[in-house]
Amino acid sequence: MITREDVEHISWLASIKIEDEEKDELVEHFNSILEYFHQLDEVDTEGVKPTYRVVDLANIFREDAAYESLPQDQALKNAPRTENGYIKSPRIV
Amino acid sequence: MENVIIGLEIHVQLNRLQSKMFCGCSTAYHDSPPNSHTCPVCLGLPGSLPVINRKAVEYGIKVGLALNCKIEEETLFYRKNYYYPDLPKGFQISQYDYPLATQGHIMILGDDGAERNIRINRAHMEEDPGRLVHAGTIDKAKYTMVDYNRCGMPLLEVVTEPDLSSPKEARVFLDKLKSILDYLDVFDGSQEGSMRIDANISLKGGDRSEVKNITGFKGVEKALSYEITRQKNMQRRNIKVVQETRHFDELRNITVSIRSKVGAHDYRYFPECDLAVMRIAPWVPTIRAALPELPDVKRERFVKQYGLADDHAKSLTSEIKLANFYEAVATQAAPKLAAVWIADVLKGELNYRDLAIDCFREEHMAEIVQMLEKGKISEDGAVQIIRELLDKKSGSPGEIVLALGLGRAEDDAVQKAVREAVAESAAAVADYRAGSERALNFIVGVVMKKTRGKADAGEVHRLVKAEVEKV
Repeated sequence: MITREDVEHISWLASIKIEDEEKDELVEHFNSILEYFHQLDEVDTEGVKPTYRVVDLANIFREDAAYESLPQDQALKNAPRTENGYIKSPRIV
Repeated sequence: MENVIIGLEIHVQLNRLQSKMFCGCSTAYHDSPPNSHTCPVCLGLPGSLPVINRKAVEYGIKVGLALNCKIEEETLFYRKNYYYPDLPKGFQISQYDYPLATQGHIMILGDDGAERNIRINRAHMEEDPGRLVHAGTIDKAKYTMVDYNRCGMPLLEVVTEPDLSSPKEARVFLDKLKSILDYLDVFDGSQEGSMRIDANISLKGGDRSEVKNITGFKGVEKALSYEITRQKNMQRRNIKVVQETRHFDELRNITVSIRSKVGAHDYRYFPECDLAVMRIAPWVPTIRAALPELPDVKRERFVKQYGLADDHAKSLTSEIKLANFYEAVATQAAPKLAAVWIADVLKGELNYRDLAIDCFREEHMAEIVQMLEKGKISEDGAVQIIRELLDKKSGSPGEIVLALGLGRAEDDAVQKAVREAVAESAAAVADYRAGSERALNFIVGVVMKKTRGKADAGEVHRLVKAEVEKV
């Protein structure tokens, strides 16, 4: 079960500010998502090897060759604040 | 220092590769403006997909094998989730369980002079985060500037067991690791920030602190020494050392506590669903067979094959280029003499000028050693030739000998000058016979004048003494 504290912790990890009145609603949403996934528990997996994937792809590689990068102005296009070609971010420690 | 416990995590950029870990952005970003080596993949733009650089994995296996690790048969990437501006995706593609290489070890020379086995816990692949430039020091900066050129650079993180017992040993270990990476040709240590180190350090019985993001080997020694002093002072004052993350401030040479917001369990590792697993077991025999002779083996061979002293062999095998240079010279000139002149003289002259071994030609060194061997030049003369070649960057040893008149006088001429000088210096000869050893110096001076300084003073002294005693 997801609690209010879990929601607060997750919002802090994701750096997303959540208003107090939104929290109960999110607790409900998170729990309903979890419940939905709990349906998987109903499947009988006795004797099935655990896996991370549904497709058995392996060894998909590219060769070590460089291509042209984006021009600086394009790379910075989505940044709200820039300075001398850098993206400006709030002070972080 | 036997109660100090140090473990290292070394982030090595595989910067001999052409392109980044998961995209085709070039790895040669060092002299470029910020944010000019990025693409939708390394910027984490929606809809972009990473693809693994095959050669980066091969390089990782190479390093793993050279560190005597076991290579995982099937290895995979994970997402390490944390929200921080150095990674625009909100996660770092890294490894978690089944990392590329585990359970290795390398030997180093410990503080007590004995060989020590340093265990390697693991070596795993990941992408480098972007570079953060703090306006001012990290704890006082008003804002942060972000450059994503480095983001996505192929990294190998080598994690040791806590087997190191002093800052100096940590340094020796890093030198050894760097030397191995140099031999494997996967790493260029001259690039800024190409090797960054996190150090875990504790005093026996105390909690450990983790000092993050130390660049440079001198930095490691300084940061560790500071941290040991800090912890010892706390112990003395009965203050408990708490487990925490600290940042090494290079400018002030101290470590400062940084609040570590995210605990390990908060990374919410899960398999990177955009990347397929890597079944690499079949690659291993081929890569193993192609491994070059590594520093320790080469050192032992130099001792055996060329009869070198161990410290010369060690000095000559620290870098592959230097080792190859030495071997090329040793095939043309006396190997022992060549070792002394390359390890003790040439290396020092290069370091003094901050030059690499490529700045000196093998055939020039061979010629110098040959001339020394045959007594055609004096030791002082040889040093002068080496300096001249490094500073003027033109000419050959033979030409310099002629131009500067460094050729040692022919033995006959020296003999003749000695005979003449003794005959002309009756007073000095009498003084010597009366017991004044110093009187010989006068005669040596006369010989040197006659040979215009080209004779070896030590040898002349010996010849003069013999001549005087003969009469």
